[in-house]
Amino acid sequence: MTCTEFLALLDDMIDDAATSMRADLKEHLSTCEHCEVTLNTTRKTIQIYRSHQLYEMPSSLRERLHAAIMARCKKGC
Amino acid sequence: MATIQPLAENEQHPDVALVERVRAGDVSAYDELVRKYDRQVFRIAQHITQNREDAEDVMQDAFLKAYEKLDQFQGNSKFYTWLVRIAVNESLMRLRKRRTGKMVSIDEDVATEDGSVPRDLADWAPDPEQNYTQSELQKILEKTIKGLPPGFRVVFELRDVQGLSTEDTAEALGLSVPAVKSRLLRARLQLRERLSRYFKRKSTRSAAKSTASDGRKG
Repeated sequence: MTCTEFLALLDDMIDDAATSMRADLKEHLSTCEHCEVTLNTTRKTIQIYRSHQLYEMPSSLRERLHAAIMARCKKGC
Repeated sequence: MATIQPLAENEQHPDVALVERVRAGDVSAYDELVRKYDRQVFRIAQHITQNREDAEDVMQDAFLKAYEKLDQFQGNSKFYTWLVRIAVNESLMRLRKRRTGKMVSIDEDVATEDGSVPRDLADWAPDPEQNYTQSELQKILEKTIKGLPPGFRVVFELRDVQGLSTEDTAEALGLSVPAVKSRLLRARLQLRERLSRYFKRKSTRSAAKSTASDGRKG
């Protein structure tokens, strides 16, 4: 298996983390440090973006927007 | 982190009952839907418009439009998927206004191959985010994702941050499943590549080099 073939399946490895990895992928990983780094750091990229949410609304803004939406809905928009 | 949870087959999505209540005239049920999804809609609008005021307007307009059009909601798609589609269209309209009528679509700039082939292959430091303060990290993450085309940013947000399925992401964005998969892979690889600048493990060799050059400067 080449690195290009491995990379093409990167998403499947990330998305189906629960299922066991195919033997040929495992074998490539055990011999290719570059692909191992790419897989691990891509997983880490996703995890960091998940745990540090961007563009959080401050609660004051949230309440203001919420009140504006509901006021218009009650009037029938 | 609250992600949109997948449901088992045959299980009715709790939003269906809320939508039914709104249709029957219970406005408070809509209040629940707004509270449930306002943060996510706001983030999508920010990702596309890159403008705080526009994102606020989009969030309001998307929820108002969804309320007005609720009769047109078929129920064969999920309420949130349908709402995202409205929010994405509203966001693109705002962007068009700012770009004085220039065509803007979620397909824009997708031809870029930049960063799709991993170049920076240095491993990252363990828990690399701990080398930065919360606000530094926030800036790094914002700056990094801003460098991606809007279509990549939204696919990454919906699939990886909010946890939508590939199929729901495709439906929400009006894209095909292969198009979502291709954008997601490239978004992930480009983000990884760009974050490597900040997170890679400092090798002993480069640390020694920087000490030597610091020495020369002094």
